Formats: sequence, structure tokens, C-alpha cells
Amino acid sequence: MIRSLPSSPVYRIAYGAYVFLFFTFLVMPLLAISVLAFNDSDFISLPWNGLTFDWFFSDTDERQGLFADEDLITSIYISMSTGFFVAALSTLVGTLAALLFEEEQFRLKGLLYFLALAPLVIPGVILGISILLTATAAGNYIENSFGVDVELFRPSYWLVILGQFSFGATYVMLLVSARLKKFDRTLEEAALSLKATRLEAIWYVTIPFLRPAIIGAFVVAFILSFANINTTIFLIGSDPTLPIDLYSRIRFSSTPVLNAVSFLIVITISGLAIINFFANRSNK
Amino acid sequence: MNNKKQNKKINFNFTFYLLIVPVLIWLIFMIVIPHAELLISSFLVEDDSGELVFSFANYIEFFNQKIYWLTFVKTAAYSIGVTLLAFIIAFPIAFYLTKVTSKRNASFLMLLLLIPLWVGELVTVYGWMVLLGDHGVINHFLMSAGIINEPINMLYTNFSMVVGLLYMSMLFMVIPVMSTLQSLDDSLIEAACDLGASKWDIFIKIIIPYSMPGITSGAIIVFMLVIGDYLAPNLLGGKNSLWFTEQIYNNFLQTFNWNEGAAFGFLLLMLSSAIIWLALKLSGQKLEKVGS
Repeated sequence: MIRSLPSSPVYRIAYGAYVFLFFTFLVMPLLAISVLAFNDSDFISLPWNGLTFDWFFSDTDERQGLFADEDLITSIYISMSTGFFVAALSTLVGTLAALLFEEEQFRLKGLLYFLALAPLVIPGVILGISILLTATAAGNYIENSFGVDVELFRPSYWLVILGQFSFGATYVMLLVSARLKKFDRTLEEAALSLKATRLEAIWYVTIPFLRPAIIGAFVVAFILSFANINTTIFLIGSDPTLPIDLYSRIRFSSTPVLNAVSFLIVITISGLAIINFFANRSNK
Repeated sequence: MNNKKQNKKINFNFTFYLLIVPVLIWLIFMIVIPHAELLISSFLVEDDSGELVFSFANYIEFFNQKIYWLTFVKTAAYSIGVTLLAFIIAFPIAFYLTKVTSKRNASFLMLLLLIPLWVGELVTVYGWMVLLGDHGVINHFLMSAGIINEPINMLYTNFSMVVGLLYMSMLFMVIPVMSTLQSLDDSLIEAACDLGASKWDIFIKIIIPYSMPGITSGAIIVFMLVIGDYLAPNLLGGKNSLWFTEQIYNNFLQTFNWNEGAAFGFLLLMLSSAIIWLALKLSGQKLEKVGS
């Protein structure tokens, strides 16, 4: 049953087969799109017609590859820069929140902590529409009172960033808190007794200790932003992020270039995961 | 001496405000006010002159139109069902990764488990469309192997929708369960085994009760992701998927009836909060634990 106990061969084989099936199920969709990205066919289906790189590099009217498709390149760029701002903002506020809830005592702490965790249990759709409604109401109010149209309050690039930040900060907070719980508080006290101010103690002692978690949280926030669609779809203005662009293509005009983009995402993510895997191993 | 003490106090306060002010701005402007606005909007309708007036009309509309509350009930029932399925499928995997296989294998398989999550839901849902379609990969293989003559209709059914929902949420059951199982002392299982307990007894009386906190956390996250999901019902479930989030999308992005959409959004929020609250009560857990 467990490593140290013997178990019957039938049980072991059945269990092994189940695990194998599970991981096949897991890998299948990613494998299918990756392979079909190289199929020399105008349709996203088998049979296999031979290897081609057209869906990446070709630039003809019939076949416009990923790197020739300016709309796609633009949306990738928008997703990247959105992800960067979301990650930066979430990391900053999420880290402050982790420090606040782990180290300070104050009134209404329980309530605030509950609110900070709320994005975990609020569906992304609800966050999206709530922020859209609020921003529009604020935008209309400002326009009626001052006659100025503020872009931030219309569905736009910056509103997407704010919307994704609203839940990104929660994940950062949880990741940083987890490491902060392992922090030896006496180190901070030592710094204080050596006449550091509290701020200096945090900056020179606590933050360096938290650095791996903060970097990890930044990456997580970036990826959450890059993949998000539930919240983003309500807040998007004239410049779609990559998932929004792909979503409308899947619904209206599927060509194998979608597989090419998906393949690139799968490869990038797998690469990052493997680097992370070996980095963790060498740390141990 | 006195002066120094004072200085420390000011510093303390300064640090405290430095921490709390950004957090308050985040929570008030991005969480509290938007949800208050959602609630308020759901009680507004346009009267004949185009003015917004207070009314229950949006909610009355929900109960009058059969399709709306039918969708609501279906979404709730399917979300609970998918959460159960996710538990049944994911628990043996979590157990395998923590207790059965070697640490090295486990960390490699964990990597495999995480990749679909980081790749993003859209790509994986698209992958399932490619696999399950009438001319998709699975039908192609079944037909060329001679097992079937006609393609099986799998895409745009409740089946494909459930596959997609399970695929994107299962992982969130595996991870919390793994983290509780990691602290389960193997000697408990060994002792039970030595005393002659069957595998089933060990499973029901030791492993499941011990991992209950992880199961609850996992179930809550899975349930929340599934009930609020849009892509899998929309792209894999097709026209007949009847998922409540789709009604909200339609109100906001197609018919532009934002107030009715707000009412639907609020109903969805109430539904998910109620079920999560119930799950926490039944298992005696706190929301704080779900996060960790």
C-alpha cells in the first residue's frame, strides 16, 4: 500500500495502470495540438500530411504563419506587458499584505484578511463584471461633473491590469506568507536591538529572506495574468490580450496557426518548468 | 531615553501605515466597492424615460423565466458533480505521489501535473476540441483502427464539457490533498496493517479522515473554478451547455442589459458563497485554511 509495505502484484499493476492512464489523459490535449502545429494541412485535424513549418513562418495569402501575423504578434506583446505590470503591482501589494497580516496586530485584522482571501472564492467572472460596473459608474460620474473622459475608467489596457491585479495580489500574499511563516522572528528582533528602525529591519533582514518567494510569486502572478480570460474579457478595450485574440479565432476562424501559438506556449511553459525543476534540485 | 522611545514608536507607526495603506486601497477599491456596486446595480432598472430606478425586476425576471433558473440549477448540480468526480480521480494520484512512488518520480510527475495549469485554460480547452471533434484525433484513430465506422459525437455535449471542467480543475484537488498526506505518518498505516486491517479499512478509517482538511480546501477551490468557468462550457459544451456564466456574458457583452447581468452575477456569487460556507461548516474548517 505504501512504500514500506508489501502489496499484491495485481494491486500494484492496477494502480500503476491507473496512474499511467491519468497522466496520458493529462498530456493528450497538449501533445495533440503540438503535433498538429506541424501538419501540412489547411485543417486542424488528422490525417498526417507531412511535416511543415508553414504555420510558423509562411507569409502567403493561403497560409499566414504565426510570425507573419501582425495581430498575433501585437496581442502577444500586449499580454507580455500586461503580465509585467500586473506581476509588479501584485508582488508589491501582495508582499506588503503578507508582512501586514503576519507581523502586525490591529483592529479588524480578521475582516481585512477575509477580504484579502475573498478573490480565491469569488469566480473571476464576478470580479470582472463588478470592476467593469464600478469603473463605468466612476467614469460617467467624472465625465458628467468635470467633462473629462478618463481612459482608465473605460474598458482599456489599464483597466485590465487593475482587474487582474485584484486577484493577483491574493496569490502573491499567500506565497510570500508561506515563506514568512518559516522566518525566525528573532533575527528581526536582533536587528531592532542593534538600533535598526523597524523599516530597516524589514528591508535588510526580512526582505532578503523572502526574496525567493517574492521572485516565485512574481512569476506566478505573470502567468496568472498571461492566461486569464474570465476577468479580462469584460475589461478589454481595443487591444486584445493573447487569450482573448485566440478565443475569438477559435470561435470564428480556426486555422492551424492556433496550434502553432499553442505549441509555442506549451514549449515556453515546459521549458520554464524544467529550469525551475533543476534549479530546485540543485538547491537541495 | 524618553525621546528614543518616542522615536521608535513613530517609526513603528510609519511602518505600519506603509504596510496597511496600499493593502486598504487594494481591498476597498478593488474588492469592497465593486461588489457593493454589483449589488446596487442589480436593483436598478431603466424606466420609460431612461432613468435608473430601484426595482426588483431583475430578480423577478430570473424566477419568471424558466430557462434562467433551470440553467442556475443545472450549473449548481454539475459543479457539485464535477467536484466529486475530481475528488475520486485525483485522490489516488495524490496518494501515489506522496506515499507510493519514489521522491524522484514524484517530483517529475508533479512537473507534468503543473504544466497544463501554467499553459492556461484556453490552450487546454482548445486541445480537447482538437481531440474530441467529429474529425478530431480520437475519432480519426478509432475509425482508422476500424473500431467504428461513423464518428462518435463527443464535442459540444455535456460529456466534453465535463471533461474540460475536470481537466482544468483536478490539479487543485491533487495539491491540497498531497500537502496533508505528506504529514501523515507512515507508521500509522503500518501499525493498522500489522493489526490486520484491510486496505479498505485503512483507507476509510485512517487516510480519508486524516486528509479531510486538504480534501475540503481542494473541493472548495475546484467547485469555485468550475461554477465560475466560462471557456469549457462555451467552447466544449456548445450551444446546449446551459451554464450560468454564459447568461452573465450574454447580458454584458451581447444584449448589454448590465443591470440584469449584475443581478445574475450576484445570484451566482450567493450560490457559490452558500455552498462554500456549507462545506466549511460541515467540515468544521476556516476559510484561512483554504488559502494555505
